[in-house]
Amino acid sequence: MNKIDFAVGIGGENGQGIASTGNILALIFARRGLHLNAYNAYQSIIRGGHTFLTIRAGDGPVLNMGDKIDVFIPLNQDTMDRHLHLLKSGACAVYDKENVTPGKAADGVQLCAMPMKELTKGNKLAVNTAALGATLQLLGIEPEPLETVITRQFKKKGDAVVTQNVAIARAGYDYAAQNFSAFSWKASKGAKPLGVITGNQATAMGGAAAGVKFYAAYPMSPSTGVLMWMATHARDLGIMVRQVEDEIGVMNMVIGAAHTGCRAMCATSGGGFALMSEAIGMAGMIETPIVCIDVQRAGPATGVPTKTEQGDLWQVLGAGQGDYPRIVVAPTNQLDLFQTIPELFNLCDKYQCPGLVLSDLLISEGTTSIDPDDLDFKVKIDRGELILSNGNGNGANPASGYNDKAYLRYKNTESGISPRAVPGVPGYIFTAATDEHDEDGTLISDEFTNPQKRRMMVEKRARKMQGVIKDIAPPKLVGPEKADVTLVGWGSTEGVIREAVEKLAGEEGVVANQLAIKWIVPLHAAEISAILGRSKNVILIENNQSGQFARYLRSETGFDAHGHIRKYDGEPFMPHHIVEAVKAQLAGKTKLSVPVHEVLA
Amino acid sequence: MSAPTAPLATTEAGQLTKETYRGRIHPDWCPGCGDFSVLAALQTALFELELQPHQACVISGIGCSSNLPGYINTYGMHTLHGRALAVATGVRLGNHELKVICTGGDGDGFGIGGNHFVHTMRRNVDLTYIVMDNQIYGLTTGQCSPTSVKGMKTKSTPYGSVENPINPIPMAIVGGATYVARAFSGKQKHMVEMFKGAIQHKGFALVDVFSPCVTYNKDNTYQWFNPRVKILEEQGHDPTDLHKAIDRGYQWGEEIPIGLFWRRTDLESLEALEPVLHTGEGPLAFRNLGVSAEQAKSLIQELL
Repeated sequence: MNKIDFAVGIGGENGQGIASTGNILALIFARRGLHLNAYNAYQSIIRGGHTFLTIRAGDGPVLNMGDKIDVFIPLNQDTMDRHLHLLKSGACAVYDKENVTPGKAADGVQLCAMPMKELTKGNKLAVNTAALGATLQLLGIEPEPLETVITRQFKKKGDAVVTQNVAIARAGYDYAAQNFSAFSWKASKGAKPLGVITGNQATAMGGAAAGVKFYAAYPMSPSTGVLMWMATHARDLGIMVRQVEDEIGVMNMVIGAAHTGCRAMCATSGGGFALMSEAIGMAGMIETPIVCIDVQRAGPATGVPTKTEQGDLWQVLGAGQGDYPRIVVAPTNQLDLFQTIPELFNLCDKYQCPGLVLSDLLISEGTTSIDPDDLDFKVKIDRGELILSNGNGNGANPASGYNDKAYLRYKNTESGISPRAVPGVPGYIFTAATDEHDEDGTLISDEFTNPQKRRMMVEKRARKMQGVIKDIAPPKLVGPEKADVTLVGWGSTEGVIREAVEKLAGEEGVVANQLAIKWIVPLHAAEISAILGRSKNVILIENNQSGQFARYLRSETGFDAHGHIRKYDGEPFMPHHIVEAVKAQLAGKTKLSVPVHEVLA
Repeated sequence: MSAPTAPLATTEAGQLTKETYRGRIHPDWCPGCGDFSVLAALQTALFELELQPHQACVISGIGCSSNLPGYINTYGMHTLHGRALAVATGVRLGNHELKVICTGGDGDGFGIGGNHFVHTMRRNVDLTYIVMDNQIYGLTTGQCSPTSVKGMKTKSTPYGSVENPINPIPMAIVGGATYVARAFSGKQKHMVEMFKGAIQHKGFALVDVFSPCVTYNKDNTYQWFNPRVKILEEQGHDPTDLHKAIDRGYQWGEEIPIGLFWRRTDLESLEALEPVLHTGEGPLAFRNLGVSAEQAKSLIQELL
């Protein structure tokens, strides 16, 4: 557990500058070496509505937004009314005394009423900036970073805006120094300066490191950040970026580019992924490696576009008709997204199949601090048995004539992997067909239906998965071998479960351990069965209603978890949701806990 | 970054002949199908343009006519129903040195693939799109298609279709295609010229071909088309006249024009407008992967 551990919560209408205030705070914290994790609960609305951003910082890794708010900045009355009751003794509420009236606060909550009109000289848009200044003072941070970071944030808007905002922030800082009592602790400096990254940026940067040359997308929350990063950097990095008419077009275009030999990638959310499904089956059938990221949001249909969920597991497991090999992976945090994308590209190139990433709004739009040294762009690149016209790739390139009937694009090999030539290379002409085809690519149905050949080709493709499972890391049990309870999660819940395990041990005297599962297909069924078979009590935690992973685990291992914690209100787990549910389950009160967010409706 | 090596010369496999373009298997179309004529015309066009088989990629969707890539000796992709143009755009951008030719039917292109058709045209992707338009769904044994004439009786419209058909020619002209032509399977020599012009055109080229379905379309047959089709090139049509091109495109009945309706050369293709393709490193597909140390440093700097 961190010695310094605090959170700032900023709420208001969309358009009140919540995101920019959050960005400024995140940069100030990260630059002084504090770790952080930020989560923005927002609405699918450009102006108005209710947005609440939580930035939690600490002197060591911060795995989630935490359970409490220390500095609460309600920019409107609505935010004050919804959140004030959640503040505990010692917290501060910083607000405009002319426009926001506090309700009943818990004892020991410091109400920091500020004369915003005076401090901002009437600039309503700068109330957040004055509150920002006050926040730094309360946290014991010197005022100097305000100037550098505000300059960075507003420099595009011109010198006048920068000067004005710096002055207002300073006025807020000074007002707080004179009128409020700062925390007894200080947000002191960490070991080394850190950076700030979102999961969507990490995903895009992972793609760039992997050598992505083609990226296509249709804008869809919460995946659009990947498209924006790619579009911004396309020309510098030599990446072809296309915004396409729909996700059907996206996936087909990505497959076309990948078929020529490019590393090609796309990101979407559940609805877009649904449109891509048929084409993902094509990638499986013609054995073209592509990588697609499904940034899950709460479904079904349009669902809750700005809220998080782990509800697309079965969609991804069942994407497209028929049986075909696919790799499915659920990275656990932003850095893991960055590191997983290149690894997945290597696997997809080697096994010539689609690679599907299950991320979610929580980690893809969520912001975290990052150690710049962890962003290693010099990744291993393995293109498998690829034959390129420039001799790159691992395959040989003995160019032969126009009609090289000897080349079998879909050669039936022991590994299931067939040497893969791409269009433009002399001597390897073939047709890639979505109909079932023979080893040379010709349609089986064009000669005669041949059950033996059909079976051979199905098995050839399926065999590839036996290789994949050997190339990916099995999940590991973290924590004491002997425990009262084993908490199992998949993907983005790894961080919050880890903290819940620490809290159970530290505050509740409950010995828990954790099994976080990242590689979904293929699944290390034997290893997982062995680990869970030794556990007294297994509780499966996931961000959906029907227990999608619990059902998948049972289908692959026969193992039935003893209890379940499921959250499907659109918001992510907080550590206390898990801690309280585990306690209730260990006390025998329930086997299914459904925590819900405590914000007032 | 290393430059890609140039494609090998023709000589290593001897002289190109028309036979060079014959595919691994014989077409399984119905005897008399208009698509045989399209295949032959395309093979002739490639031969006459001296295009080496490995430099071309023929891409189709699904349907009778979409089986064509298997019958021609070039790189080929036989993709999903309606998706040929989206896949082809990816192929062109991945390797912009390939000649990309899409082939398919009216249901594939104007029905299920309609969205991609519209957007590929407006992007002016440099590829040739040959539609074997038989005004019927053949592979599913004779249902109404987007180009079936109003009133046509098919298995799915037993009382006659009440819907208005798509007219691909005016649609392509206003949709942004920069080469819009029509051909007829009964006039193969003329079709070869339309194809050659389309393949050499730098931009999106549509050749809509009346390719009669001898099995399921008893209305729009060779006998029906033969006296009606009139070649625009023999009538002095000016393919740079937008309004005349649209007027002739709508003409239907006793006289139906075939030939080049519309061509413009003042709009650059998508590929020409994308600087990423013009760095001197050749096709994206053959470039070295990864990010330089300098680029990595700058990307990380943005986060600090």
